[in-house]
Amino acid sequence: MRKVYSRIESIAGNVISVRAEGVRYKDLAVVESRHGSSLAEVIRLKDDLVSLQVFAGGRGISTGDQVRFLGYPMRVAFSEDLLGRIFTGSGKPRDGGPELTSKLIEIGGPSVNPAKRIIPRNMVRTGIPMIDLFNTLVESQKLPIFSVSGEPYNELLARIALQAEVDIIILGGIGLKYDDYLGYKEALENGGAMSRTVFFVHTASDPIVEALLVPDIALAVAENFALEGKKVLVLLSDMTNFSDALKEISITMEQVPSNRGYPGDLYSQLAARYEKAVDFEGAGSITILGVTTMPGDDVTHPVPDNTGYITEGQFYLRNGRIEPFGSLSRLKQMVNGKTREDHRALMDGMIKLYAGYKESLEKKSMGFRMSNWDNKLLKYGELFERSMMDLKVNIPLEKALDQGWDILAECFDPSETGLKTDLIRKFWPKKEAVHG
Amino acid sequence: MTVGKVVGVNGNMVSVEVDEVVSMNEVAYVKVEEARLKGEVIRVKGNRADLQVFELTKGIGVGDSVEFTGDLLAAKLGPGLLTRIYDGLQNPLTDLAERCGFFLQRGVYMEPLDTRRSWSFTPTAKTGDRLRAGDPVGWVPEGVFQHRIMVPFNLEGEWVLEWLASAGDYHIDDTIARIKSPDGRLVEMTMVIVWPVKRPITAYAERLKPAQPMITRVRIIDTFLPVSEGGTYCIPGPFGAGKTVLQQVTSRNADVDIVIIAACGERAGEVVETLKEFPELIDPRTGRTLMERTIIIVNTSSMPVASREASVYTAVTMAEYYRQMGLRVLLLADSTSRWAQAMREMSGRLEEIPGEEAFPAYLESVIAGFYERAGIVRLRDGSTGSVTIGGTVSPAGGNFEEPVTQATLKVVGAFHGLSRERSDARKYPAIHPLESWSKYRGIIDRDRTEYARSMLFRGNEVSQMMKVVGEEGTSLDDYVLYLKSEFLDAVYLQQNSFDPVDNSVSPERQQHTFNIIFRVLSGVLVFKEKEEARQWFYKLRQLFLDYNGSTWKSVEFYDAEKKIETMIQEKVSGRLKDAERLTGGQG
Repeated sequence: MRKVYSRIESIAGNVISVRAEGVRYKDLAVVESRHGSSLAEVIRLKDDLVSLQVFAGGRGISTGDQVRFLGYPMRVAFSEDLLGRIFTGSGKPRDGGPELTSKLIEIGGPSVNPAKRIIPRNMVRTGIPMIDLFNTLVESQKLPIFSVSGEPYNELLARIALQAEVDIIILGGIGLKYDDYLGYKEALENGGAMSRTVFFVHTASDPIVEALLVPDIALAVAENFALEGKKVLVLLSDMTNFSDALKEISITMEQVPSNRGYPGDLYSQLAARYEKAVDFEGAGSITILGVTTMPGDDVTHPVPDNTGYITEGQFYLRNGRIEPFGSLSRLKQMVNGKTREDHRALMDGMIKLYAGYKESLEKKSMGFRMSNWDNKLLKYGELFERSMMDLKVNIPLEKALDQGWDILAECFDPSETGLKTDLIRKFWPKKEAVHG
Repeated sequence: MTVGKVVGVNGNMVSVEVDEVVSMNEVAYVKVEEARLKGEVIRVKGNRADLQVFELTKGIGVGDSVEFTGDLLAAKLGPGLLTRIYDGLQNPLTDLAERCGFFLQRGVYMEPLDTRRSWSFTPTAKTGDRLRAGDPVGWVPEGVFQHRIMVPFNLEGEWVLEWLASAGDYHIDDTIARIKSPDGRLVEMTMVIVWPVKRPITAYAERLKPAQPMITRVRIIDTFLPVSEGGTYCIPGPFGAGKTVLQQVTSRNADVDIVIIAACGERAGEVVETLKEFPELIDPRTGRTLMERTIIIVNTSSMPVASREASVYTAVTMAEYYRQMGLRVLLLADSTSRWAQAMREMSGRLEEIPGEEAFPAYLESVIAGFYERAGIVRLRDGSTGSVTIGGTVSPAGGNFEEPVTQATLKVVGAFHGLSRERSDARKYPAIHPLESWSKYRGIIDRDRTEYARSMLFRGNEVSQMMKVVGEEGTSLDDYVLYLKSEFLDAVYLQQNSFDPVDNSVSPERQQHTFNIIFRVLSGVLVFKEKEEARQWFYKLRQLFLDYNGSTWKSVEFYDAEKKIETMIQEKVSGRLKDAERLTGGQG
């Protein structure tokens, strides 16, 4: 029988402290108050003073409330029964289903031994040309979408999740708008993917502490599925909210802030989550797609900045399109040499021409005279944006490559494309096909 | 042994109450149910000591017992360090993987050196010899090197060799020699030296001034921004600008004996490439795999922060150890910002008064102390050894006006700043030729490289101006100047990393090519109009790119050179006035 403590010494924000003995760092406790009970986690020990972070928040907690220590750290049930279910950030059912208690696993486990990692080698197909063709997503990659509020990043993530050939999808929603949560649910239900999906959702109105738990729970579950040989895709939306939650907690804990109020360990905190992306030799893998909203579209803001140093590239989503410039998949060259022989050449060639289009466009807007070449580029740019960049375009890689050749053939002579002669001979479309 | 009790836990900082003697930076173990977790004393106050624990602190409770070892955090140095992969505390990661599987289980510490392997020892000293710390008594072969077995670095004064093992096979822990101090104290030597990582090894005769360039085979570095053997340099740059790639390339091509890679708080995936590729790649200088000259210290971003701090020290200690053998060592630290952040995290937990951006006030002195461990030294036997340190810096927001970059710039000898513009334009390497600097001497006479650099500078001015007034409003002379600078950038500063020839260029070839380019840069070129000038330069550039891709002194090489020569001879008439005093480079 564990002792119950009924005198809370201090309450500041979401952090309470009690005097207790035999408590271990990161253990859980239950706080019973008039407004119901909540879990809490030990975040600091100082002599017999124990500081706890209350998941449901500090509001309404009184100094006379009861605190009961559970003697174990945060855990989550792991089994096949998770599939198709929806939970809160602290692992409580959100869908009215039964609570799961079998086979509990600890969250926030140790890091993978770098000597056991392998070089990534499998492409993840998404059906989006700007990804498949130009910045290929690779199994076990960690990649955020850099965007500003209002862009359709949640729709994009849901679509990638549906189309990617993965065994299991885990959605970690952090500070998700309720509508967006429902949007995800609808998209996955309509796509028939609910049965292979687990939701851990913290909505914008839920207690802030739960936001911190979402990535850890989602990734712990993902890790266990991966160890069972499953290919897991983890979606984290939005990691800026996660960082803001960290900021809030650390300020409450009177930590010295480093940059714009964020704690000094923001990098390590983000890295600990993103680095869970892995390809286990002889078992499954974890691929992480996150969303990082950039406050004020500022990529030097601490959250996107630290994220960029951690992740293996980024997709810039701007004006409803994935920007070819700035977007980068650092792992693409590990797979795009094995798809089709024209993949790399077409990828570089088309982007160079698109850069040329941008220059011509600038010249045009400044009132300079357009040359014949400029006009060709202008035509190309419009076609490229319409049939490659538009997010509505949904075609497999091979089709996208063919389409790329069609666009080139419609706008240029073969020698103007800067592509190698042998590729042109093999892939350049015949005249009839273009106008047909 | 001193024993204490845990009285507080805050992140990776554990406070311990202890009644006996405790020393600063001593190693202690916190006993949690299933494991002993290593930590280091970082503050002592009254009867309380604060430890930074090198592992996850989950599960530690008030009252848990703590053992103090009395030893400082140390590295175990001896034959067999090369080819190994360690974490920041010198745990061998491949052995750990065999024992624990996919994950790094906390509290598992393994022997860093293979104690069962036998080494063939050749004695070089004789009984009765007078020896000082660092003097060799013999050697064992380690790869292509003679790994010296040395008198421990912490012994003071002259010692007399009483007994020395004869030639033969020994294990690292076998007694190899017995030495006696002037006051009659006897010490038994093995092949292993244990050395506290935060103290520099100084068992040499004197430190010398770095003079010899360390060849990296990257043109922009060797020619314009050279690094000296025993010198220091830093590579700051925003994310995605290619810091790690540049270090990977350097780790392959650098003309040194030994490379130590400290992957400090960065992505695990990047290290994996090195881990998997180095055992396959052959080093043309030795005919052995690159791995045989490499030690990798890995403490990636998700591994515990405190050992990230230790990892750079472990790495530099190993570098100094091999320097004592008269070898040239290159230490590559990627990234020192993560190391500084580890200090910041700890400083925050200690509730120290923060400096700029919450970094501790001692940031500068700690960074300076680290880079100062580089250097070229003369050993007592007259030979020289060197440690060169190259560190990347990851400034927040890519802005170099931040504490870590600034503190680093104060102490290094060369600055290779990477620029976002250049990397976005797919210019490799993305080192900014105008903002970067080096205080070392390179492979080409500085007057001429400075002349070439000034051309870049002026070309850049013209290009800025052209954005406003357009090509029409630019004079022909200015336009030619601009084309010259673009030409230098395209065919010399940039290298094609995918081209097997162009990706690493020997110093002889750099000198040869630079001479040709210098004649173009300093020559008087007469054109009738801009279009003609542009055509001429484009043609020359195309020829040069093929030339750069041809094997040194092959038939294609001479063919391409001949075409280039013809073009230059047709066009260049005499020298620009400002280049007349630069006599070299007619070759």
